[in-house]
Amino acid sequence: MIRAIRILAANPLSLVGVILVALVVFAAIFAPWIAPFPTHNGAVVDFAFANKPPSARNWMGTDLVGRDLFSRILYAYQISLVLGVVVLAIAAPVGTIFGLLAGYLGGWAEAILMRIVDVFLSIPPLVLAIAMMGVLEPTLTNAMLAVTVMWWPWYARLVYAIARSEREEGYVLAAEVIGAGTAHIAFREILPNCLPAIITKMTLDMGFVIIIASSLSFLGLGVQPPTPDLGSMVAEGARYLPDSWWLTVFPGLAILIAVFGFNLMGDGLREVLGVDE
Amino acid sequence: MSPVLRLLLRRLGISLIVLIGVSMLIFTIARVIPGDPARIALGPNATPEQVANLRAEMHLDEPLVLQYGHFLADVSRGDLGTSLYTNRPVTLDIAQFLPATLELVLIAGIIMVALGLPLGILAARYRGRWPDHLIRIFSLLTVSAPSFVWAVILMLLFAFYLPIFPIAGRISDIYDIDRHTGFLLIDTLLAGNIAAFGDAIRHLILPAVALALSGIGQAARLTRANMVETYDKPYIEMAQAYGFFPSRIARIYAFKPSLIPSLTIIGLDFAAMLGNAFLVEAVFAWPGLSRYGVAVILRKDLNAIMGTVLIIALTFLIVNVIVDLLIAFLNPRIRHSTRAT
Repeated sequence: MIRAIRILAANPLSLVGVILVALVVFAAIFAPWIAPFPTHNGAVVDFAFANKPPSARNWMGTDLVGRDLFSRILYAYQISLVLGVVVLAIAAPVGTIFGLLAGYLGGWAEAILMRIVDVFLSIPPLVLAIAMMGVLEPTLTNAMLAVTVMWWPWYARLVYAIARSEREEGYVLAAEVIGAGTAHIAFREILPNCLPAIITKMTLDMGFVIIIASSLSFLGLGVQPPTPDLGSMVAEGARYLPDSWWLTVFPGLAILIAVFGFNLMGDGLREVLGVDE
Repeated sequence: MSPVLRLLLRRLGISLIVLIGVSMLIFTIARVIPGDPARIALGPNATPEQVANLRAEMHLDEPLVLQYGHFLADVSRGDLGTSLYTNRPVTLDIAQFLPATLELVLIAGIIMVALGLPLGILAARYRGRWPDHLIRIFSLLTVSAPSFVWAVILMLLFAFYLPIFPIAGRISDIYDIDRHTGFLLIDTLLAGNIAAFGDAIRHLILPAVALALSGIGQAARLTRANMVETYDKPYIEMAQAYGFFPSRIARIYAFKPSLIPSLTIIGLDFAAMLGNAFLVEAVFAWPGLSRYGVAVILRKDLNAIMGTVLIIALTFLIVNVIVDLLIAFLNPRIRHSTRAT
């Protein structure tokens, strides 16, 4: 812990990452209290203030029906973070179990499980999610489902690679010799050695899940209006470039700030936990 | 049999297995659709008889395994069915829209390699000094926003505020080019129209850069990491002891071994670009597979959705086989190996 703080302090970029992530999480949790116009997260119209550039009243301007963009971005962070946490909370354990079994058992389990993983990885991630949203109704739950389905194979591959090399280590052999069961060796002996890599990847992936989810809603296949979402806000605003530039620039920057924060933090974690790239 | 040929055959075999897996996956996704595909295809005003006829025609009454068999048989004949959206064979639609997407992705890939590798080499040579830090921040920034955000920002800066590049499309309307290959860079040259060629390039630059940006960052980071690792190897120390110029050491001794892991990542980035092309095409009104893909998805046009995903997966697999061959070619340990790899 002390070592971690020292490394963070010596690495200003990671510190910036931690601060950015803290700000984004704070903004999302306390959105109802921070937002100047807390009711603007829904289907509110205020045509007197429609499509106004940034001002003292609306720091980031207003959208086409007069809603405060800053308030909507704060609420959009809620959606992005919840989606990221739910996706990773399912994808990481599922992928880890697959990877551990394939890596430790080897043989047929390895051949079959890793070919399944290969199949998923041979469709570009976004295309798989787009195809799934094509047949499902565009709701938040389905967007989470689509992103989770495309995400778990990455954890399977990561954990598989580590487990396969750990399988040959002395401590695994020792556990086998004293008669430990497969589940014990996989989850109690090998898994702890995979955790640093998994945790680092989860931090970095929070950013990438936000990117993929906003990409889905940018194409109109994710969270539907009037729920605020960074991707659909950019898509809406892009039609009114260059005059109403704030409609796209601020939601775009909001994505950049959040993801940049998670990337810097993940980068720092990688050093703290000693994980290779 | 030469080692490279053996590798090629092995990779093609694995790719075929994966492709069959992909077709199963796509088929499964298409069949979890809530509701009756025949009913969706015919619309709400169809009579029950019409629906029943189409169900029989689409083999929807048969067991799933048989349905998959029909699907596979059709696909292997190159028949992806008819699109409900355009009322044309899906293969025709894809043949029309795919070249625009491929042209965009290929140019983006070239930009990614042409900028990402040199940046990585630069960062490794000035490790721990300001070029290294700048490149690190640049790499982290570029991977931190989806390509549609970069597309919008680039468009705002270089098409609206500084009107250097055109705002949208592939080529100006004044040029009437015969489409032989569908690749405008080739078609304009075939037509001998240099002005049109230049115009097509100007249209390509912003979307291609927007698409390439995150890949540039990743390629630079990875190349740097590999170069730094290679620089610690004894043979580099030996080269330095011989008094070779640093630029020669970087170019010949450090770069080539570092290139091999970078190539693998470039293959993966290419996959990401095929997906991200959907986003960039939407911003720049690029008449590629994306506009078609989104249109057929919104209409729940199953044949077209399955066909599009299958073609994209196939493109990706082909690229990866090419990348593997390149690696085998660059790596003397594979090129000259006598044992089975």
